[in-house]
Amino acid sequence: MTSATADSSAGRVRGRPRPLRPPGWTRFDGWGVLVLPLLVFLVLVFVVPLVFMLSRSLTDPSVGLQNYRDVFANAVYPRVLGNTFLIAAIVTVVTLALAYPYAYLMTLVGPGWRMVMMGLVLVPFWTSILVRSFALVLFLRDTGAFNSTLQSLDLVDQPVPLIRTLTGVVFGMVQVALPFAVLPIYATMQGIDRRLLQAAESLGDRPAGAFWRIFVPLSAPGVAAAVLLTFVQALGYYITPALLGGPKNTMIGELIVQQVSTVLRFGFAAALATLLLLTTLLLLVVAGRFVDLQKHLMRQP
Amino acid sequence: MTKILTRAGLVTLAVVVGVYLVLPVLIVVPMSFSDSSFLSFPPGETSLRWFRNILDDPVWLDSALASLNVALLSSVCAVVLGVLAALALVRGSLPFRNTIMAVLLAPLIVPYVIVGLAAYIAFLELGLTQTTLGFVLVHTCLAVPYVVINVVAGLVSVDRRLEMAAMSLGAGPVTTFFKVTLPLILPSVLAGGLFAFFISWDEVVTAIFLSGPELTTLPVQMWSGIRVQIDPTVAALSTLVLVVIFGSFTVLGLTRLVRQVARRRTARPATNTGA
Repeated sequence: MTSATADSSAGRVRGRPRPLRPPGWTRFDGWGVLVLPLLVFLVLVFVVPLVFMLSRSLTDPSVGLQNYRDVFANAVYPRVLGNTFLIAAIVTVVTLALAYPYAYLMTLVGPGWRMVMMGLVLVPFWTSILVRSFALVLFLRDTGAFNSTLQSLDLVDQPVPLIRTLTGVVFGMVQVALPFAVLPIYATMQGIDRRLLQAAESLGDRPAGAFWRIFVPLSAPGVAAAVLLTFVQALGYYITPALLGGPKNTMIGELIVQQVSTVLRFGFAAALATLLLLTTLLLLVVAGRFVDLQKHLMRQP
Repeated sequence: MTKILTRAGLVTLAVVVGVYLVLPVLIVVPMSFSDSSFLSFPPGETSLRWFRNILDDPVWLDSALASLNVALLSSVCAVVLGVLAALALVRGSLPFRNTIMAVLLAPLIVPYVIVGLAAYIAFLELGLTQTTLGFVLVHTCLAVPYVVINVVAGLVSVDRRLEMAAMSLGAGPVTTFFKVTLPLILPSVLAGGLFAFFISWDEVVTAIFLSGPELTTLPVQMWSGIRVQIDPTVAALSTLVLVVIFGSFTVLGLTRLVRQVARRRTARPATNTGA
C-alpha cells in the first residue's frame, strides 16, 4: 500500500504533469469555460497593468530606452542591483542550510513531534511579515533582547551593531523565507522510500554513504524548488530589508518605492520593476525546465 | 557513536531553528503587555495600557474597519472566481492548459512591489487609488491562487459517483453543485476563503502604493507607525492581529477535525456495503 502510493507519487514527480487528454487541439468544454471569469479578471487587473508599467518605462518622461540607460549610467543603481542578487544568494544559502536538516529531522521523528515541528513552521507562515520584521527589529537593535542578553552575561561591553547591517537583513529575510523552503523539501523527503537506504546499507554501504549517495540525490527536486522559490522571492522583498537594512544594503524593492514616493520618477521606477520582473521570469523559465514548479506551487499550504 | 552525535547535532539545530521560527511571536506578545512607555526587554511590569491606546485613537479603528471591509470583499470575490476556476481545472477540458495555469499562479511569484507599482500606475489613470474597489481588485488577484489551490485539493478527493447519482436522479448541474459538490468541498472552500481574507487583511506592500489620506488600511497605518516611532502600541496591535489569525485557524482546524471524525463515523457503513 505504502509502496504503491510512493510509486505513483514518484511517477508524478518526474517531468511535467501529464495532460488529462491526449495531446493536440482541445477545446473548452462546459466545465472548462468556468475558468474564463478568473482568467479575464487576472488579465485585466494583473497582466494589463504590468504591460502598462512596461510601456510607462519606455515612454516616461520621453519615448526611448532613456530610463534603462539611466539605471546603468549612475554607479549607485548597479550597486543596488548587485546587492539585491548578493543578499538574495546569501539568504538562499543560509535558508537551505537550516531548512534541509530541519526537514530531514521531521522525517525521522514520530508523528507527535512531527506535528510540533510542522506547527513551528506554520506559525511564521500565518504571522504577518510586517509583524515579524518589526519584532526582529526589536530583537536585534542596540537595546534589544539580543544585545541586552549579551551585555548582562558580560560577553560584550558595547552592543553589537546588527540593525542596518547585512547581518540584520539576512537574519530577518531568512526568518521570512524558512517556511517556504522547509515545506517543499519536507514534501519531497516524505516521498522517499527509506527501504532504498536499508538496501544500500545491507549491501555494505555505511549509513553516511547511503545518505549522501541515495537520500540527498532523491531529495534534490524539493531542494531545487526551495532554492528557486527562496531566491526569486528574496529578490523582491521590500518590508524586511527596509526595516532591518541600512543605506549600504538597499535592495531593488526599496529603490522602486523610493523612486515613486519621494522623487516621483515613475518611468524610472517602472524600468527598475520591469528589470526585476524580467529577471524573475527568466529565472523561472530557465529553472522551470528542471524543476516542476507548478507542482510545488500547487501544494502551498 | 557517530550516529548518536549526528542525531544530537540535528536535534540541537532543529531546536535553534524552531526558536528562530517563533521568535517574532515570542518578542512581540510580551512587549505588548509592558507598562513601560518605550519598548524594552525584558518587559517588566505588565499592563494593558497600549491596548487601551488603540481604542482611544480613532486612526487605528478607522484603518482596521477599512481593512476588514477590503478583506471581506476580496475574500468573497476570490472564493467565487477561485471555485469556478478550480472546477474548470479539475473537471474541464482546457486548451493552453499550461499557459492558463501560469497566469493563475503568477500572483504567487511576481514580487508584490511590482504588482503594487503596476496597479498604482494603472489605477492613477482610472481614479482607483485610495478606493475600496482598487484595493479589492488587487487583493483578489493576490489571494485567488490560494483559493484555487485549496479547492483543487478538495475537489480531487470528491467521489464523482455521488454527483452522477444526483444527476441520474434528475438534478441539473447547478443543483448538483450546490446540493452535492459544494457541501463536500466546503472545508476547502472555507480554508481558501480564510487564506484569502488574511492575505488581504495583512497585505502591506501593494497597500502602501494604493493608500493615501482618503483610504488607508491597518497594515499601512502600522507601517507608518513603525517608521515614525517605535511605540508599544504597534506591538499591542501586532498581538491583536496574531490573536485574530491564530484564533480563526484554530477554529477552522477544530471544525475540520470534527468533520473528519463525523465523516469517519458515517463512512463506515458505506464502505461495508461497497465491499
